[in-house]
Amino acid sequence: MKSNTKTNEMTNGRIPLRPGITDTFKEINWNKYIVYIAFVGVFLFFAILLQDRGFLRMSNILNITRQTAMISIMAIAMTFVIATGQIDLSIGSVTAISSLITALVLNSTQSILLSVLVGLGMGFFIGAISGVIITRLNIPSFLVTLGMMSIAKGFAMWITNTASVPILNDRFNFIFGTGDIFGFPILFVWTIVFAIIGHYALTYTPYGKKVLATGGNEQAAKYTGVNTKNIKFLVLSISGMAAGLAGILYAGRMQAGRYTYGEGDELSVIAAVIIGGTAMTGGKGSVIGAIVGSMLMGVINNGLIIAGLSVSQQMIIRGFIIILAVAVGSKQKK
Amino acid sequence: MEHVIEMKHVMKSFSGVNVLNNVSFAVKKGEVRALVGGNGAGKSTLMKILTGVYSIDQGEINVFGEPVHFRNFSEARTAGISMIFQELSLIPSMSVSENIFLTCEPLRNRFHIDKKQQKKQTLDLMKSLSVEVNPSDLVSDITVGNSQLVEIAKALAMEAKVLIMDEPTASLSDRETDILFDLIGKLKAEGVTIIYISHRMGEIFKVADSITVLKDGSTVSTRDAADTDIKQVIADMIGREAGEEYRYKPRTVGKELLFSVKGMKVDTPVYVDSTDIDVYKGEILGLAGLMGSGRTEILETIFGLNSGKNSISINGNNYTIGSVTDAVQAGIALVPDDRRKKGLVLDHSIKENLLLPALKKISRNGSIRNDIVSDFARTAVSDYDVKTPGINKQISLLSGGNQQKVVLAKWLSLNPDLLLLDEPTAGVDIGAKVEIVEMIRQYADSGKAVIVVSSEIHELMAMCDRIMVMHKGRITKEIQNSKDLEEERLQYEIQHEN
Repeated sequence: MKSNTKTNEMTNGRIPLRPGITDTFKEINWNKYIVYIAFVGVFLFFAILLQDRGFLRMSNILNITRQTAMISIMAIAMTFVIATGQIDLSIGSVTAISSLITALVLNSTQSILLSVLVGLGMGFFIGAISGVIITRLNIPSFLVTLGMMSIAKGFAMWITNTASVPILNDRFNFIFGTGDIFGFPILFVWTIVFAIIGHYALTYTPYGKKVLATGGNEQAAKYTGVNTKNIKFLVLSISGMAAGLAGILYAGRMQAGRYTYGEGDELSVIAAVIIGGTAMTGGKGSVIGAIVGSMLMGVINNGLIIAGLSVSQQMIIRGFIIILAVAVGSKQKK
Repeated sequence: MEHVIEMKHVMKSFSGVNVLNNVSFAVKKGEVRALVGGNGAGKSTLMKILTGVYSIDQGEINVFGEPVHFRNFSEARTAGISMIFQELSLIPSMSVSENIFLTCEPLRNRFHIDKKQQKKQTLDLMKSLSVEVNPSDLVSDITVGNSQLVEIAKALAMEAKVLIMDEPTASLSDRETDILFDLIGKLKAEGVTIIYISHRMGEIFKVADSITVLKDGSTVSTRDAADTDIKQVIADMIGREAGEEYRYKPRTVGKELLFSVKGMKVDTPVYVDSTDIDVYKGEILGLAGLMGSGRTEILETIFGLNSGKNSISINGNNYTIGSVTDAVQAGIALVPDDRRKKGLVLDHSIKENLLLPALKKISRNGSIRNDIVSDFARTAVSDYDVKTPGINKQISLLSGGNQQKVVLAKWLSLNPDLLLLDEPTAGVDIGAKVEIVEMIRQYADSGKAVIVVSSEIHELMAMCDRIMVMHKGRITKEIQNSKDLEEERLQYEIQHEN
């Protein structure tokens, strides 16, 4: 026992400055990778189980990327929100209102640019209001965005009296929904573009470091000169804007604006972000993890549908998988 | 421009209460100035004004000869004034180099952090501070001591000319403290001015050139360290000739054995020999030794916190202690060393904190009667002289000394036969120290036994009837306390293995 202590002291005293291979191996935070392992596992499971029913067919795979694009894009922005220790529950409703406003502006002006700017602006505006209330009045984001979820949904239902607004502009529908580029769904391309921006911003920019610092220890960040209120305001505004974009993409894909879009999306998005290795308490975040998390949710949905399960059965199984994935992830943390 | 910092006639009040009353404070380039005073004396407020956290009501501040009005911490930081906080201002989930360069990252272009450069600069800084830390390690994975040094590196990365340190050694081991003091010497030689806030007199005289004493929001004195001594400084702090109360009072210790353990096995990473300890009724036993000598481990083992079972006897009854529940049932209580982490629920009120261990005692038919609880809390607050406007006040808003009194009250209310105390006065001002020592004496007087672990020699000498000195997991010396016991002798025993 005594000799043990001594060797411990020796290694503690001499920490190698350049990490060797063993250190690099040790530095791997396995919790970060649980989402990739789960993704591969679930994918293989469905691939084997549903091999006769076309799960692996290219058209189905591309379809999964179409279905998950909106969740992925919102999850990228939500990664920043959760990394600062906040939450945004209003994104589903923002999606709905943005799809409608975009459709209305497009139909009355036929200007794609203007309609898209209005849709994005709507999302940013709602996020910014939440951000102002959270940072100026010091109210928890959970409560503010819960209220905002209801307000935005109410407006979405009100502006057209719950009627949907068809979009006949083919160019809009191509760019934001149904199109393909070099054989890839345009929605997948949008996802990749935002993934790159999000990953770069979180990992390589001072802004990303400020986001992580705000969630990691707000007091410390403040005393280092990080304007944490500003950061919180920004992540919520951008989350709103991402939800606005998701609404535009829903509108393009379905060729209509409708108040039912995005219903329940906030839960899928939050689950995807957490499964992807972002800490619920803030301070740690992974954009790529969030995207793979979204894909995982998409694969599960798609697989369960092909397997012929009813909507109710799908919900039950999806719930169990979310709990399981988060549980395994948080166990690895220790 | 003789003074780097000159604060003149500073006034500050919070909601009508004067916290700083016409304080003037000036420091020269390359000077190490200790700032001492009881809790509530105004040290933190003064420093928070200097660093722009609080605004100034009246008075003026000159930095490098220029009048300044910092509106927030980052403005002060940009001007070269950095503060190293007691509650570390590092982000645990980020790496060492990310922490050091947070908000001042080296950039490749407007957006892109130059990570290679950042790592290299971190290594250079670490080398200049002789700290061996891997820049990509997460702060949550490095030792508290190293994070304190990383914090200093962070200040230096901003090219701090004035460094304010608030209780920097509170959580450092002796070796780390030595590294810190070397570092302070180096910085001083480079012309960095250091303002050093501490309760630890020994350290202050080791490291400071001059000492400013604050009391009740006013400056009492500023003296050269060479021209004064601990006694004088303590006298300035408490405003009367220091501490009859804080000197050993011979006490009558009973002949009856209260607690006894033979061949205690301590199953922790710190090696501790099998140990015999006897404590008599009314006795206060001290465990002295350096960090890592096994002091804390012994207390924790008696309290059932470590794996393994030990047979003990209390008042002639034998118990086997394998868990904390066993220990509590045997009549043992432990007041842990880190009150913020282990001793209190900081967000809860005084009342809620007090009633936690006494839940059984104050509940009737499984429910808690609010009137009984309130009576209970009010009695405790007045018995232990906790200074607070009411029992519903959130505990984190009390001063360190009053928080510690609540921790003590919380355990004493259970009336344990054996009270174990780990660093009972850490981070507490001298006035509260005297009161806490008196509380412990009175408790022992009621026929109980107390074992105290402390790094502060003065405290052990003031309180304990008998002191066991530990060295590398062995009890190397047992000293009977008396009025004539000299500090040097005890210090010698602690520092030397024999």
